[in-house]
Amino acid sequence: MEYVIRFLAGGVIVSLFAILGDVLRPKSVAGLFGAAPSVALATLTLAFAKHSSGYVAAESRAMILGAAALGVYSFAVCQLLMRAHLSALASTLCAAAAWFITAFGLQQMMAGL
Amino acid sequence: MMLVKLKVSALKETRWYEYLVRFGLGGLTTVLAGVIADRFGPATGGLFLAFPAIFCASATLIEKHERQRKARKNLRGRKRGREAAALDATGAAWGSLALAGFAVVVWLAAPLGGAAALALASLVWLVAAAAAWLVRRQLRHS
Repeated sequence: MEYVIRFLAGGVIVSLFAILGDVLRPKSVAGLFGAAPSVALATLTLAFAKHSSGYVAAESRAMILGAAALGVYSFAVCQLLMRAHLSALASTLCAAAAWFITAFGLQQMMAGL
Repeated sequence: MMLVKLKVSALKETRWYEYLVRFGLGGLTTVLAGVIADRFGPATGGLFLAFPAIFCASATLIEKHERQRKARKNLRGRKRGREAAALDATGAAWGSLALAGFAVVVWLAAPLGGAAALALASLVWLVAAAAAWLVRRQLRHS
């Protein structure tokens, strides 16, 4: 049941941010909504209800690294589109590797400190 | 001068199944983040709170809509479609700074409770996103 609630909450919040991104102009503003905290809002709301504040703090601390990875990912998508002339689908799928490498690389670096 | 506008008619360009795809991807990513946090702990699950869940679907839609707009004028819109998707990606790169700000605020304000921490973090995200957009705009025009 918990996962059904997660799915619905995530779907609704992500869709709302996506719709906002669709209707806002200029398009450069809309791009900001590609990095909106939609999944985070759904997940952290449920985490606050189920876990301690220490658990939520640990989750959001890791999210900072995920956000850095998202920045690298977005930059990689832009480069693949404009320099390698790949399609949007190919660029976003290839750049996913950049997200995983950056996110888990940073996590390992932080663990070693 | 109004810097940001609402173009509600843009909603008509999106087909019902495209909304459904984004809903499904958003829902699945949220479930995935929960499963990973339950299985591997919050330090790993938290990474996925900034996973580009629907970026693939959004960028593909933007590229397709731009291409269709050009095709209606009998123009080839392939390059233009890629440029529109790249502009969106650049926006997301700047937006990731605001997303990091959101995460920092939740981290520090978590002891205040869910409602206060998330409201404060959302406000910071909004302000930081607007500031990032204005800085980027200034840099492009300077």
